[in-house]
Amino acid sequence: MITFKLNGRDVSIDVPEDTPLLWALRDDLDLTGTKFGCGVGQCGACTVLVGGRATRSCITPMSSIEGADITTIEGLDPQGQHPVQEAWKDIQVPQCGYCQSGQIMQAVSLLKDYPDPTDEEIDGVMGGSLCRCMTYVRIRKAIKKAAAALRAQTSGKETSHG
Amino acid sequence: MGVGVGVIKRFLAGAAAVGTVAGLGFLYYTWYPALPSVAPPAAGTFTPEQIERGRIVAAEGYCAECHTRTDGTPGPELAGDYRMETPFGAIHSSNITPDVATGIGSWSEAAFKRAMRLGVSREGEHLIPAFPYDHFTKMTDQDLSDLYAFLMTRPAVHLEPRPNELPFPLSLRIMQAGWKLMFFSPGEYKPDPSHDALWNRGAYLAEGNAHCGACHTPRNFMGAEKKSAQYDGAVVDNWIAPPLNEHNPTPTTWTEEELFQYLRFGVAPLHGPAGGPMSPVPHRFLSTVPEEDVRAIAHYYADIDHAAERSKHDPAALALAMEQSRAGLIGPNPDPDAKLYQGACAACHYNAAPAPVLGRPELALNNALWLDEPTNLFQVMLHGLSAEEGQSGVAMPSFYNALSDADMARIAAYLRRTRTTLPPWTDLEKKAAAVRSTVQSVPVNSSH
Repeated sequence: MITFKLNGRDVSIDVPEDTPLLWALRDDLDLTGTKFGCGVGQCGACTVLVGGRATRSCITPMSSIEGADITTIEGLDPQGQHPVQEAWKDIQVPQCGYCQSGQIMQAVSLLKDYPDPTDEEIDGVMGGSLCRCMTYVRIRKAIKKAAAALRAQTSGKETSHG
Repeated sequence: MGVGVGVIKRFLAGAAAVGTVAGLGFLYYTWYPALPSVAPPAAGTFTPEQIERGRIVAAEGYCAECHTRTDGTPGPELAGDYRMETPFGAIHSSNITPDVATGIGSWSEAAFKRAMRLGVSREGEHLIPAFPYDHFTKMTDQDLSDLYAFLMTRPAVHLEPRPNELPFPLSLRIMQAGWKLMFFSPGEYKPDPSHDALWNRGAYLAEGNAHCGACHTPRNFMGAEKKSAQYDGAVVDNWIAPPLNEHNPTPTTWTEEELFQYLRFGVAPLHGPAGGPMSPVPHRFLSTVPEEDVRAIAHYYADIDHAAERSKHDPAALALAMEQSRAGLIGPNPDPDAKLYQGACAACHYNAAPAPVLGRPELALNNALWLDEPTNLFQVMLHGLSAEEGQSGVAMPSFYNALSDADMARIAAYLRRTRTTLPPWTDLEKKAAAVRSTVQSVPVNSSH
């Protein structure tokens, strides 16, 4: 039995310890927003947050996430209105859309580390998230837009507390 | 001729006499009586305060780590049967719960202290020095009493460890007596008056109970720590325990603060997370003891590794590492090794100046790239790190099925080439395969 937090709720599931996290999410917990891409941690489609950090779920064994706090695309925001998701919609980033949940989760993680990312920082962190439709230009634009929105949110909070 | 024979005879007789006396002397010196067996201490023998102090002593000595079975079906805590592969054969640790038949339930406090100080069991047998009594001998009487109180108040577990697999004649306990004569000097830790109390507390813990040298000091062909190479680093359980002295190769210094963060929380801001056999040291043990003790150990090793002098180079080393972290990731790069690294690793390991982000271990600053062999780098690639290891709550995937030996070799070569100033590693693919062969169960199985 493996126990962890998933999108803010406590979850226990009985799967073999060497099961990939992605399998448990999609097949056992019915959260199919996270996608299977390459299966070998080389494309980023299966990215979820483990302890707030972008992690390739297709090669992360369940044994590794005992007690961890997992967020999938479904849990990013109750209404699907996380600033990164909003920016994605505004800019109409996806084409086929298959890689987008992984891209969004990776971008959320990027913006925690680099709240005002340069092109170089975006390339450095997002380089492992592949998009076969080549929407990279729009991805970069959406990340910058989301970054601005998140910064405005943060400074707004600071002002209201001040 | 007659005289000659007589001389030889006398010489032989003399030699035999000397030999006999030496042999008897050796036996006398190495012979210990069995100490009487006692009834396990009754409930209420020890105060809760003493038991709590003993819990701390047990945690600072990591007793449960080597006295709890981990292979096959994991065993009950402290009930022994931990399998230790040594160059001489496998050893199974003893049961140190107060079970009378299979544990130390019939050991008096005096017998327990003798075992810790001299490496002799209650029955008078020499213990194998895989049990690091050469360190525990430095512990104070009070600490040993407290530890005894803690162990004797644990649940008694009836569990007979598997027999050791040492070949003859190493299986003879008397052989351990010879080892002691050559390599063991008993005695409690003596404070060094040229250092302050914090340093001495750190030295007392590090050299004694915490027995850091047991893994971080290389051993000679007879398995004794080489005093001349203290803390030079050594291979343990198919990992490299890195040097803890000035030979530690990382470009930025293990300062007191880096060491403290690492030992207390399992991750150092610059040097990254504790992995492999080191991981339990912070997470299972040192996070549960008084903070000042961890601070003292960090203080001591910051002195051992000459942090004060070396750390003046840190700003330049950090700047260089931040520059190296970008190599191959920015702009068009035709290097296929860089592409492989970008796809598999960079999303988590890229860092931008001025300093690494916590949770993005900077490989250019990590021991794994700077050691003489790529062992630890390959171990981490193959196993990943669970949320309970390294930085708490964060996991690194297992690339066991994702990267071939050739891929791992290419990434290792690329990182060594671009993130260090050291000569390349050799035979990388072979070494990747060798490390892979030590992985006992494949961490992640996508065929479910």
